[in-house]
Amino acid sequence: MITAGIDMGSRSVKVVLLEELDVNGAPQLKYGVKKVHIMMPGDLDQDVSAEKAYDEALAAAGLKREDIAAVFATGAGRGQVAFAKEGVTEMTSGAKGAVFMFPAARTVVDVGAEEGRGMKTDAEGKAIDFAGNEKCAAGAGSFAEAMSRALQMTLKEFGDASLQSDKTIPMNAQCTVFAESEVVSLIHASTPKNDIAKAVLDAVASRVCAMVRRVGIEGEVVLIGGMVHNAGFVSSLKNAMGVDTISLPDMPEYISALGCAMIAAERQH
Amino acid sequence: MIANYGYKDGSGEYYISIDTDKCIDCAAERACLTACPKQMFEIIEDDYDDQVAWIKKPNCRTLSYDCADCKPSSGYTTLPCITACTPGAIKHSW
Ligand code: SF4
Ligand code: SF4
Repeated sequence: MITAGIDMGSRSVKVVLLEELDVNGAPQLKYGVKKVHIMMPGDLDQDVSAEKAYDEALAAAGLKREDIAAVFATGAGRGQVAFAKEGVTEMTSGAKGAVFMFPAARTVVDVGAEEGRGMKTDAEGKAIDFAGNEKCAAGAGSFAEAMSRALQMTLKEFGDASLQSDKTIPMNAQCTVFAESEVVSLIHASTPKNDIAKAVLDAVASRVCAMVRRVGIEGEVVLIGGMVHNAGFVSSLKNAMGVDTISLPDMPEYISALGCAMIAAERQH
Repeated sequence: MIANYGYKDGSGEYYISIDTDKCIDCAAERACLTACPKQMFEIIEDDYDDQVAWIKKPNCRTLSYDCADCKPSSGYTTLPCITACTPGAIKHSW
């Protein structure tokens, strides 16, 4: 049986096709059938982007729509996936996928482009506690990206630069507009770029950490979402949370789509 | 599940948490819906097909203002939502 999980994020669509194999009478999941990630071009509506990403994933896997037992959607735009049988929240899909990748995971931190959240999960990958920040995106990737642009760096360069700094410069601004002017002030004060990058990523990490602390830090901590690729952010988050290790999946932006496809598979039984 | 709705900003941390397991067989006949003068609570179907309470999306961004009338600066002893929810599902962080 093959199921599909579609994660409709604010800026991109992620699709995972998941095959459940029967191994000696026991169902086993093979998650690597195909994963497709497309950025959502501004001129495409979310529903059109979902169709496009799904068709690309099917084509890449050599499958047709009728081969798929069920399509489930997750993410902020899940309601736009008209062909999905069901929608589940990012908390439910993220926790499920994270525990599949790291069975000892009990604290899941999800930091994507526009939103960050902390979740506590049980051993089955069921979210039992969650907190986000509904008011602003200062605890998410787009905030760090805006600040990296002010320093004329890519987000990757920005993360690497922050690792070169051991300074702690507090950033007080809570919103992107004010934070940008704080960054400009630091530039004018000839603060080294490395230190500014660390200050920004520390600030994002501290906001994310506040959400995680609401649910409590327990067991293995897993970070999912696109910010996993930013080594500087991971380091800042470790410091903010006071943990030695944060487990990082090798396909972080697909974990919610994966969890979503797993839930779709479970509900076909 | 403990669902925390709200935000942290420069002025503080404003979250309303709802223990949605208590909502499934609500022993208070969904009293949160009528007790809140701002009608911030709503019953939704969660990912496990259970009927549970949540805070309406727009209110999640304005909690500190929305709840200000129930929380005068001189202090308060009870809140309409917490009093009405006899199963004890609702908590405020501030
Ligand atoms: S919040 Fe309280 S009153 Fe409202 S549905 Fe849940 S248990 Fe019932
Ligand atoms: S404190 Fe008042 S306004 Fe706020 S949720 Fe409770 S009843 Fe509603």
